[in-house]
Amino acid sequence: MTLIGWIQILTFCVIITALVPTLGWYMTRVFNNEWTPLSPVLRPIEIALYRMGGVDERREQDWLTYTIAMLLFHVAGFALLYGLLRLQGVLPFNPQEMGAVAPDLAFNTAASFLTNTNWQNYGGESTLSYLSQMAGLTVQNFVSAATGIAIAVALIRGFARASARSVGNFWVDLVRTTLYVLLPICIVGTVALIALGVPQNLDPYVEATTLEGAKQVIAQGPVASQMMIKHLGTNGGGFFNTNASHPFESPSTYTNLIHMVSIFAIGAALTNVFGRMVGDQRQGWAIYAAMGVLFLAGVTIVYWAEAAGTGILDGLGVSGGNMEGKEVRFGLAMTALFAVVTTAASCGAVNAMHDSLTPLGGLIPLFNMQLGEIIIGGVGAGLYGMLLFVVIAIFVAGLMVGRTPEYVGKKIEAREVKMAMLAILCLPLSILGFTAFAVAIPSAVASMGNAGPHGFSEVLYAYSSQTANNGSAFGGLTGNTMFYNITGGLAMLIGRFLVIVPAMAIAGSLAAKKTVPKSSGTFPTTGGLFIGLLVGVILIVGGLTFFPALALGPIVEQLAMRAGELF
Amino acid sequence: MDSSTLRKRVPASTLLDWKTVAPAIGASVRKLDPRALITNPVMFVVWIVAVLASLLLVRDLVAGAPGIGFTLQIVLWLWFTVLFANFAEAIAERRGKAQADSLRETRTRTKAKRLLVPGNTELFEMVWAEELSPGDLVVVEAGDLIPGDGEVVEGMASVNEAAITGESAPVIRESGGDRSAVTGGTTVISDRIVVKITAAKGSSFLDRMIALIEGAARQKTPNEIALNILLAGLSLIFVFAVATIPSFVAYAGGTVPFVVLAALFVTLIPTTIGALLSAIGIAGMDRLVRFNVLAMSGHAVEAAGDVDTLLLDKTGTITLGNRQATAFRPLRGVSEQELADAAQLASLADETPEGRSIVVLAKEKYGIRGRDLAELRGRSIPFSANTRMSGMEVGASWVRKGAVDSVIAFLDSPPVDTGGNVAQALRPRLGADAVRDINAIAEEIAKAGGTPLAVAKDGRLLGVIQLKDIVKGGIRERFAELRRMGIRTVMITGDNPMTAAAIAAEAGVDDFLAQATPEDKLRLIREEQAKGKLVAMCGDGTNDAPALAQADVGVAMNTGTQAAREAGNMVDLDSNPTKLIEVVEIGKQLLMTRGALTTFSIANDVAKYFAILPAIFVAVYPQLGVLNIMGLASPQSAILSAIVFNALIIVALIPLALKGVRYRAIGAGPLLRRNLLVYGLGGVVTPFIGIKAIDMAIVALGLA
Repeated sequence: MTLIGWIQILTFCVIITALVPTLGWYMTRVFNNEWTPLSPVLRPIEIALYRMGGVDERREQDWLTYTIAMLLFHVAGFALLYGLLRLQGVLPFNPQEMGAVAPDLAFNTAASFLTNTNWQNYGGESTLSYLSQMAGLTVQNFVSAATGIAIAVALIRGFARASARSVGNFWVDLVRTTLYVLLPICIVGTVALIALGVPQNLDPYVEATTLEGAKQVIAQGPVASQMMIKHLGTNGGGFFNTNASHPFESPSTYTNLIHMVSIFAIGAALTNVFGRMVGDQRQGWAIYAAMGVLFLAGVTIVYWAEAAGTGILDGLGVSGGNMEGKEVRFGLAMTALFAVVTTAASCGAVNAMHDSLTPLGGLIPLFNMQLGEIIIGGVGAGLYGMLLFVVIAIFVAGLMVGRTPEYVGKKIEAREVKMAMLAILCLPLSILGFTAFAVAIPSAVASMGNAGPHGFSEVLYAYSSQTANNGSAFGGLTGNTMFYNITGGLAMLIGRFLVIVPAMAIAGSLAAKKTVPKSSGTFPTTGGLFIGLLVGVILIVGGLTFFPALALGPIVEQLAMRAGELF
Repeated sequence: MDSSTLRKRVPASTLLDWKTVAPAIGASVRKLDPRALITNPVMFVVWIVAVLASLLLVRDLVAGAPGIGFTLQIVLWLWFTVLFANFAEAIAERRGKAQADSLRETRTRTKAKRLLVPGNTELFEMVWAEELSPGDLVVVEAGDLIPGDGEVVEGMASVNEAAITGESAPVIRESGGDRSAVTGGTTVISDRIVVKITAAKGSSFLDRMIALIEGAARQKTPNEIALNILLAGLSLIFVFAVATIPSFVAYAGGTVPFVVLAALFVTLIPTTIGALLSAIGIAGMDRLVRFNVLAMSGHAVEAAGDVDTLLLDKTGTITLGNRQATAFRPLRGVSEQELADAAQLASLADETPEGRSIVVLAKEKYGIRGRDLAELRGRSIPFSANTRMSGMEVGASWVRKGAVDSVIAFLDSPPVDTGGNVAQALRPRLGADAVRDINAIAEEIAKAGGTPLAVAKDGRLLGVIQLKDIVKGGIRERFAELRRMGIRTVMITGDNPMTAAAIAAEAGVDDFLAQATPEDKLRLIREEQAKGKLVAMCGDGTNDAPALAQADVGVAMNTGTQAAREAGNMVDLDSNPTKLIEVVEIGKQLLMTRGALTTFSIANDVAKYFAILPAIFVAVYPQLGVLNIMGLASPQSAILSAIVFNALIIVALIPLALKGVRYRAIGAGPLLRRNLLVYGLGGVVTPFIGIKAIDMAIVALGLA
């Protein structure tokens, strides 16, 4: 670990923390349907969109109507994307003449982009047409991100409103998020990325002759525009198979920084939106702090593990930490930071191969995802996931002050506990269940790139990543098989919708409750005590479940590596 | 009143004496019936696991598999886990049993005299008490047991309610007014009354009380339901965590025996709180009963812990029931001694507490000895609502004391011929100065929360006796405590706002409602509730009934009317309104105990993972031996000590579950810090020490 490395990491933290209140202020105005600096330009477009869609923007929905609207929107989105992938061979914008995507892969890919996961069992440049990339994937990149944010805002409204039936209008939230939040930031960011050397064109691939005389096909296309939304919307699906480690996706440390900041920006700022909407910004900061504690601990461990490297490499005369699978232009610190950022935030873009991290360095990304992507998390998904843990933490410890547990004035009762447990349950169910299933099937085991605990980690990572809607791949595992396409697709759908629906049910039941005024007998939810409690409950309730699996994967591998054994 | 001075019906018995333990052991075996266990999801799951493990043990026995001793021990401890949970519940139930038994005796078959014709108390038929239905009229005479709950509609009697309250001093019950309710099972010891039966068979006060004490009628409270969901959810999470291990281990080339998985699973699921949850609830109810408060539902007890606003009647709760003389304030030209002397004379025949307090003050402060009425040959003038004065006439001399305006009016009025009474002749006209002075003094007293009584002697105004509401000792501290709990106190009084404000300030309540009518009370409760607050109050009169019903916690006084008792969700058998504060504390204690043990139970899991996981995995990956940070002797001893610890901790925590975690009014923040430290951090650390110690014992005994 170097001083420069730490300065880079802290710079990133400062930028994000500075963005929290500013972006939070702006987004709060967007979701409260208030005037924003962009309104003069965007308001006419917004009104036109409502008129086209026949949406009455003043009519709010109760939680069930909101949820049904969201689900219908996704059913339609799924059909559209699946159809596009299957028919891309006969559709335009296909200069490389890519054929139809196989049914199981199309299912997996459609589920993946619908759920904001962007797990890629395909190589973008070798499978998809430009039309599939732009009209299929990029569209879903926007709307799946907007959906996550909309659900988070609906849940925030549940906490903020008192004795209310409605939690907002899904269509309005979807439109305003896309129009006022995602698009403007993407446009500015894309221009910046183009200026920093990221390509943006619709040209066919270029064939080049290398110095050795070999022919090399250099893929290109509308890269910059997809980069911005891929990170800002915590989607993570790269234009190229090697994702953000590809020099066209991220040519320099500056683009690397832009990528990382865009991954965290909205998720972090939503904590502030929460604070503002419930009328006490400190509530938002407390959640941000709990996320921050877990985040910094993760970064420290990964950076340390990678910088320490392995005795085996040292023995071969390679010094300076574990650089296997990393890009030299980013270095150890920025790779470690990116690995934690992308897995903490359900993005899944990578700027290095996680398969090549040291076992301990690979454990943290794995663990981040298994916690359910609540450390900043996917846009929106991170906040509502975290709030589910808050509900559990408050209920467990809140009784200890001798009152029915309350959070921001809302009593936490049977219904909220039930729904939160339901949502949290689906993580171990899907991650551990599918992993146990896969490692018991010889053909699925055969897909592993490595033997022993490392192979186990690959499968565990795959299901953790898909269930948590992260989308980053550990590498090594050959995912494009019928088995992994289908089970993975199911894991993504479970991890998305079995969390969203209970979260919405909580939003509905909270909105209907009265707000209890604060007194000195109220459980304090802003100080260090609460932050510590929340972190403790996340680690014990959320994390301990995965301890047996982690012990058999990265932990035993790390111990073996120290003894000089590799897998 | 301080909580320690509250009379308790049953002395707080030693927690675990043999007389309760022996039958509880029997009960815990009977409770192994799965139909009884199914209401407790966590323990039911343990039961299923224990049954499965037992079946496998039988299979192993038949097959003669090796390592049977280890399997047998695990199976035994699985059963012990369930038994200990049952034992905890049985102990809690036993503690109320003796009390319930004595109550049941009074319910033995009683004969009732049912009136055949309403209004004619001579014409009745003898029927069994249980044949009575609501609306029946019965006559009860001295020596009779009152056959059922009801309302006195005619007459007045003294009733011994010891069966209900434990207090043997008789109480007066009369028709009309606020003391008309009678309870079945109590005895009339004088006079005769006609009672209209109000409670149907099986739902009488006594029935409910027995059911409550025995825990039979215990319904799960809202928080308990939520907690059960949480525990069931956690158990399900651990099903996934444990059920996937065989596949993972098989991939790594090993196997895990079922009993080991069973042990891991049972130690991970929150058995500690699961086992003690119902005992905590029963003990909480029991604690209330020991305070002579009957909660009609568990919901009310929990709501008590959540109360934000406490409405307290001034008289009897905040102040002593009666006002007392605290000073003599003479007019100019009159000595205090002279005023005290006249005041004492005027009060000699006054048997009210106020009158007596004047005599006492005169004696204590001015050394004026008691005088014998007979010796004085005086004639006492009793208080009347008309004159609002009382006094004394001795020969030609007279004294009067009373409301200031009444005394002035009396002095001002033209002489009336009262049959040649010389006293009237001595009456001079009243000076304007004296009237102004006396009004000034009176106002000053009223502002300070007192009541002025003017004293006149032989036509001359002497001064004012200052009567004051005496705020109960220690009540100010109690209110400060409530404030730290986050509870707002509102004093309800019929006094004028000026007096009310002064008393409110002296007692340290947060707010007051002066000149309050029952409608005002109801309105105040609704306003508070609209703000999202939970309101507690107590009351006794029929006109309190709507407010009692509206309040989230309504404590009715046992001396009150049947209407009030029906409206409230708690009944205070001692009729002591101050107890509301204790009720709130008991509610809080109940919630805290649950929270503390839940936190403890969940925090325990960390150590159990570190005990059992290396034991399971070390066979396939010897490197994982480093996770055995406790240095447990062998895989078998590690697994065994974890499950033994898990079972024994239930027994160890029974006393805490029954006694409850102590509530401290130090505010939520410090309270949480303290409890998190004790039960959270303590919950992480304790099992590391406990499991290590048990492991050493197991090795020493050669069990594994």
